[in-house]
Amino acid sequence: MDLINQTWTWYFSGFMIGLVMLLLIYFGKTFGMSSNLRTLCTIGGAGKFAEFFRFDWKAQRWNLAVVLGTMIGGFVAVHYMSDPSNVNLNPKTIEQLTVMGFDAPEGKLAPDVMFGNEAFQSPKMIVILLIGGLLIGFGSRYAGGCTSGHAIQGMSNLQLPSLKAVIGFFVGGLIMVYLLYPLIF
Amino acid sequence: MKFLKFIFVGFIFGIVLTKSEAVSWYRIYEMFRFESFHMFGIIAVAILTGLIGIQIIKRNNIKDSKGEPIVIPDKEKGNYRYWIGGVFFGLGWALVGACPGPIFILIGAGFFPVIFILIGALIGTFIYGLLKDKLPH
Repeated sequence: MDLINQTWTWYFSGFMIGLVMLLLIYFGKTFGMSSNLRTLCTIGGAGKFAEFFRFDWKAQRWNLAVVLGTMIGGFVAVHYMSDPSNVNLNPKTIEQLTVMGFDAPEGKLAPDVMFGNEAFQSPKMIVILLIGGLLIGFGSRYAGGCTSGHAIQGMSNLQLPSLKAVIGFFVGGLIMVYLLYPLIF
Repeated sequence: MKFLKFIFVGFIFGIVLTKSEAVSWYRIYEMFRFESFHMFGIIAVAILTGLIGIQIIKRNNIKDSKGEPIVIPDKEKGNYRYWIGGVFFGLGWALVGACPGPIFILIGAGFFPVIFILIGALIGTFIYGLLKDKLPH
């Protein structure tokens, strides 16, 4: 049980993610999670406002099935396959987090101040979550993909555009963590 | 049911991303501070596995599950969209520690404030759709 409940190693996890992508390719599809955001906009009626959303969303139902599966997988992994030893960070990282007002992980996947129910009581945190989501949604569609479509599938398929996008992801991430975090938190 | 296999693939993906802690805000923060190899190792091995698999598929002309030739579409050429779009995405990824896959996984796992991230991401996608023709690609 330890092997299941402890944090999975980077090499096994990476291998499994690669396999998930190959399995989707074998099923005649592609690996891309952010496309589902466009599909959801179309289902919500966004086609009335922009040409971009006028497409046959039913052809994307398979990807929504993948999303449903990931949600069940997340539920099972957190509720039946976890133990308190899980997230354990570099002590230097934890020290920095404490300075910014984040609770230490102590096995938890996410800080309570941001992802626990106390976040609902903090207007500042709600605004942060909305803005973060906005940047992710806008950025992934502008760049034509996210971590799955560009970093994993695009890079595996030796796509130069994906390399540009991934460099962009990291430039954005570093700007956020080093320049903007001290202003926000 | 023809969608069952996709639910299964998603199920495996959700478990792997959770158990590897790639869905963890903490892990993403640690990655951007270069204080752990964990996330870099995951991404590198996933790319390597995919690279080898795709080469095997291409060199042996392996057919997909329906017997059709496998064609992985090339990404469109361009500069602005990848650099600028990429930076926008990275800013959001580092701020809330979740990319689109983990957004859904975390909601399924019961981290309900992530619903705000999803609402934001849908609004962001919608804004892109409105501005698409005015943006440099």
